[in-house]
Amino acid sequence: MVKDKIAEKLFLLIALSAIISLLLITFFIFQQGIPLIFKAGASNFFSTQWAPTRGHFGILSMIIGSLMVTTGALLVGIPFGLACAIFLAEFSSSPLQKVLKPIIELLAGIPSVVYGFIGIVILVPFIREYFGGPGFSVLAASIILGIMILPTIVSISYDSIIAVPKTYREGSFALGATKWQTVRMLLFPAARSGIVAGIILGMGRAIGETMAVIMIAGNALKIPGSILDSVRTLTSTIALELGYASGDHRAALFACGSFLFLIIIILNIVAIKITGRK
Amino acid sequence: MVWRIGPKTNQKIAFGVLLLMTVITVIVLFFIIIYVFKNGFGQLTWEFLTSKTHDMGKEGGIFPSILGTFLVTILAIIIATPLGVGSAVYLVEYARGGLLRRIVSFGADCLAGVPSIIFGLFGFIFFVIQLNLGWSILSGGLTLAVMIIPTIIRTTEEAIKAVPHVHREISYSLGGGKFDTITRVVLPSSLPGILTGVILGVGRAVGETAAVIFTAGSSLGIPTTVFSSTRTLAVHFYILAREGISMPKAYGTATVLIIIILAINFIAYRLMHRFMKRYY
Repeated sequence: MVKDKIAEKLFLLIALSAIISLLLITFFIFQQGIPLIFKAGASNFFSTQWAPTRGHFGILSMIIGSLMVTTGALLVGIPFGLACAIFLAEFSSSPLQKVLKPIIELLAGIPSVVYGFIGIVILVPFIREYFGGPGFSVLAASIILGIMILPTIVSISYDSIIAVPKTYREGSFALGATKWQTVRMLLFPAARSGIVAGIILGMGRAIGETMAVIMIAGNALKIPGSILDSVRTLTSTIALELGYASGDHRAALFACGSFLFLIIIILNIVAIKITGRK
Repeated sequence: MVWRIGPKTNQKIAFGVLLLMTVITVIVLFFIIIYVFKNGFGQLTWEFLTSKTHDMGKEGGIFPSILGTFLVTILAIIIATPLGVGSAVYLVEYARGGLLRRIVSFGADCLAGVPSIIFGLFGFIFFVIQLNLGWSILSGGLTLAVMIIPTIIRTTEEAIKAVPHVHREISYSLGGGKFDTITRVVLPSSLPGILTGVILGVGRAVGETAAVIFTAGSSLGIPTTVFSSTRTLAVHFYILAREGISMPKAYGTATVLIIIILAINFIAYRLMHRFMKRYY
């Protein structure tokens, strides 16, 4: 039928919306940002001096800042995320699972500004009081980001642990293994690719998070000497300065965006490849 | 003497540690919500919800932000729903493997992982500047629409997949064409699943800050057209908290924001649950 032929073409056209959006985003971010990187030169762009209105476009301290808070977030998020996933999948009864899973997924729904706010009113004063320093720090950002990436790690790891065939577990129990031995030696290796994908996606979330980080990281423009020092990430720089930037300064923010976008896309592709291999 | 922990003890230790860590996670979640509620509930008066904002948020209510959030979100949903649902229909019903399917799927997965600040940058340069829509409800809605398309695609895809194949075959056997089968059989039966995706999209849109602050702006006026700039609840809350304008008002706004998000998630969860029960 003609109607069906037209409908198929129409659905195909609609289905291309996501990839077209992605291409548009890529095009506009790069078109605005890449020329400045060439104009400034790599040695300027990857230096530590950021004074974009005076021709210094160095983003090195922000790259290091982003890496530090992301690493910190993973150090907090991975152990807790994996523990929750394993506990939910293997150690909890079905009614408990039904309650816990949506509760943890709810964490994902809480807006990032709320996490940032909790950071400001509770975590920052706590760190200032008990550990010293300004409070607005790598440590504060790492803890809050670690909590924020938990749901990503939990839900993807949980799904891949659950997906391991039941017979594997039965075989292991039949050999006299305890539950923990089964988890450690059998389920973990079998679900490895899903767990790694979850961690990579969590990492992408941490690198890309903006509002919460701005609120609690302090945003000082220098390479932090310790985890109690203030830190500024790529994302914070963009959000803090985009409102008033113009000319080369704005282009420099898009250059930061291009760099960030490139990292995120690479992480995404790796995660998609890993999960797709199954 | 070498101490060796037996597997049984090991198991007990592992269980204890895992339980402890899960409990900590759950406590942290509840703590965040309860802490905000405890400080914010007192602010929730009819007046706070329905009056204009004065003095940059130090005084008055949050009505302009509630209206702004509503308008931006509705616009995003109106744009993203047909695109997301259509894409999902294509993925499940038309694409039989092949390169196109992989491209569409890859697009959705990648878009889902793009951080909101990148959407903010894109919306700012494309909608606000290139298309000259300015800081407006329209720019904000369009940017959010692009952001929530993947959420709607993924949830709708699962919902459509869950519709038993027999339903389609019956429709074909009655002489229904493919398009009729999709619109009259597949989509109606997957409606609750689709709604779940849309509601989750609403949740993301309501809580979003970085993508809307640079596209919808932060004007506190009551919006009159889609070209008016507006300040959504999340943006208002961010500005109140970060600039320390008024902590009580910040708590109040956060409470409203969290209540909306909790309600949205609860509805989505219930819908999905009922839908799944029907087919699994």
